[in-house]
Amino acid sequence: MKVIKIDKAKWNDGLEALNGSYSLFGPVKQNECYEFKKLDKDEQLDLSGLNTRMSAKGLIYPHTEAMFTYTLDEGEENHHIMQPADKDYSPRAVIGIRPCDADAFLLVQRNFDTPDYKDPYWIQAYEATTFVGLACNNPCRSCFCTSAGSGPFHEAGLDVLVVDAGDYFLAKAITEKGEALLKVTGWDNELDSDTAEKEIAALKNDAEAKISSTILTDNLKEMPITAVYDAPFWEDVAFACINCGTCTYVCPTCWCFDIQDEVHGTSGTRMRNWDSCMFPLFTLHGSGHNPRGEKVQRVRQRFMHKLKYYVDKYGDGIQCVGCGRCVRACPVNIDIRKVCDLMNNYDEATCAAQ
Amino acid sequence: MVGYIDKIKEISERLLKDGKVDMVIGFRKGTMPMMNEPHRVKSADDVKNLVWDSNCGINLANYLTDRKEKIGIVAKGCDSRNIVTHIIENKIDRDQLYIIGVPCKGMIDSHKITNAVSGEIVDVVESNGEVTVKGDGFEETFNKADVLQKNCAVCIHRNPVIYDELVTDLVEEQADVDRYEDVREIEAMSTEEKHNFFDDLLAPCIRCYACRNACPLCYCPTCFVDESRPQWVGKGDDPVDIKTFHFLRAYHCAGRCTDCGSCERACPVGINMRLLTKKLEMDCLNLYGWEAGLTLDNRPPLDTYKPDDPEEFIK
Ligand code: SF4
Ligand code: SF4
Ligand code: SF4
Ligand code: SF4
Repeated sequence: MKVIKIDKAKWNDGLEALNGSYSLFGPVKQNECYEFKKLDKDEQLDLSGLNTRMSAKGLIYPHTEAMFTYTLDEGEENHHIMQPADKDYSPRAVIGIRPCDADAFLLVQRNFDTPDYKDPYWIQAYEATTFVGLACNNPCRSCFCTSAGSGPFHEAGLDVLVVDAGDYFLAKAITEKGEALLKVTGWDNELDSDTAEKEIAALKNDAEAKISSTILTDNLKEMPITAVYDAPFWEDVAFACINCGTCTYVCPTCWCFDIQDEVHGTSGTRMRNWDSCMFPLFTLHGSGHNPRGEKVQRVRQRFMHKLKYYVDKYGDGIQCVGCGRCVRACPVNIDIRKVCDLMNNYDEATCAAQ
Repeated sequence: MVGYIDKIKEISERLLKDGKVDMVIGFRKGTMPMMNEPHRVKSADDVKNLVWDSNCGINLANYLTDRKEKIGIVAKGCDSRNIVTHIIENKIDRDQLYIIGVPCKGMIDSHKITNAVSGEIVDVVESNGEVTVKGDGFEETFNKADVLQKNCAVCIHRNPVIYDELVTDLVEEQADVDRYEDVREIEAMSTEEKHNFFDDLLAPCIRCYACRNACPLCYCPTCFVDESRPQWVGKGDDPVDIKTFHFLRAYHCAGRCTDCGSCERACPVGINMRLLTKKLEMDCLNLYGWEAGLTLDNRPPLDTYKPDDPEEFIK
């Protein structure tokens, strides 16, 4: 695919040119960290941060999202009938998303866009969006993307990959959507693609060599579910956990939600909010019974889902892209890399013999 | 502080070997700079995993709630005060506990340090009242006093108030600290300024409730925000619902909060919700001369009724 060289002085001009055709989203610095935000017309994004504190998932799948509105006022036409909430699915571009976050959407897509079930909100938002990713030349110490099926220059899920090559950027179109966006920017210094690909490959090698954290996942698939479910280490893993759900909220691949109705006076909204397997309420039955009433059961669920059930169901890896956010954000330092090691190294026979 | 760990290990090993306790609750080394993980040790062989340094800010009293075992627990000043509160509120029995008291010199604030350096932190080393922070291409040394958690900087109960054994001599308590400067600043604001201040303070909240879950006081079987029959508070991102959660939670902690800082420390988005509990803490001190968790003999002022209450409205 074609690669364009962008003079850094022309970067902002290109983004400005997008303004009429796309709404722009990108990382900006907020207090002590970077977060994705819809950019106002004159607002500039800031690519100097390592990664955003919250993942980019909220851009497609917001924390709180109205699905329907309704009125209970019997004087009004259509009272008590759900109406689709107002939505804006005009074209958007997310600039500066990291490759792991873009890749995560492909994992999440398996939940929201299946042959049997189509989530209209997620699908329409996803389709309206063009992802312009920024390759990570300097990955964080807590990123383990290369051993989680992604990587600092990973292209899956991106429409354009932008590489910072020092004095200039290289922008590689990955999909037709990406190519269409690049046309609008006005950046037109197209390079010979073989040479450009070589330059990108060299930077990619450097970046991958800097990844200092890795996990092993090779045994997860073959391991009997019940063996690792009953493994003795869960009590120890779960002890510190305060079941806050932070790990699932910051995670780009966690997808669970809860549906709520809220009524003010006679007008109501049916909305969905992120939910978390770490919350006791998540599994509480109407009867009062809770099949995951104990903390250890909830902690086990999070790791079993990501590192075992998902692996078994889809057969091509774990439900984690290695962004490291949960590791950095957990208030008591529960580390998925350690838990993955415990699971991957678990040998029922040796443990039983002990 | 760094030297305390040998004594903690020695005591823990003895307790476990003698069968005096079923477990010791302390910390093990974390995988991230400035992070340790609350941990429970069940056998003398595992005592080696315990650590103690200035990254043990999480309040361990939180891990005692409703436990049935005999427990050794490592407790700094604030943990010990929350243990007292737990005992008063029947969340644990004094007889179940062997309290390993740690006279504390303050915990370091990872947010402060992260903001003070530019670049990713790789390692943080502590010695002689100094904290050295290393990253790619930089190394900086701070006075520990300058990078303390906000609550530790103004703490006047560093020594455990209840213990069975101390790991070292009691430390000198801080005198002449102005505990409530930040509260007075807010009190001096106009109503509108206050409104905006609290709006800004709580705007980044993602409603994970880590603040609540890290707090030893928040042990209700179903928190009012989780209650669904009836539902008290909306669950979306409406700022009014978010403020309702924070203000109500703070009131539930009135007269019980020890300003341990666990809530603020746990917040993934760095909100200082402690400002709310501190105002109530200050009011309790001024109105009732009360500080939480200092004695087993009295109940917190807001959960007692006295027939000779001087207030007119209560009669
Ligand atoms: S962030 Fe940590 S403490 Fe909170 S639920 Fe996740 S693992 Fe548990
Ligand atoms: S589980 Fe943790 S490391 Fe993996 S994608 Fe989610 S937040 Fe990132
Ligand atoms: S821990 Fe922080 S983000 Fe989570 S509910 Fe409390 S204030 Fe909000
Ligand atoms: S409200 Fe915060 S400071 Fe007060 S006791 Fe709870 S965790 Fe500690």
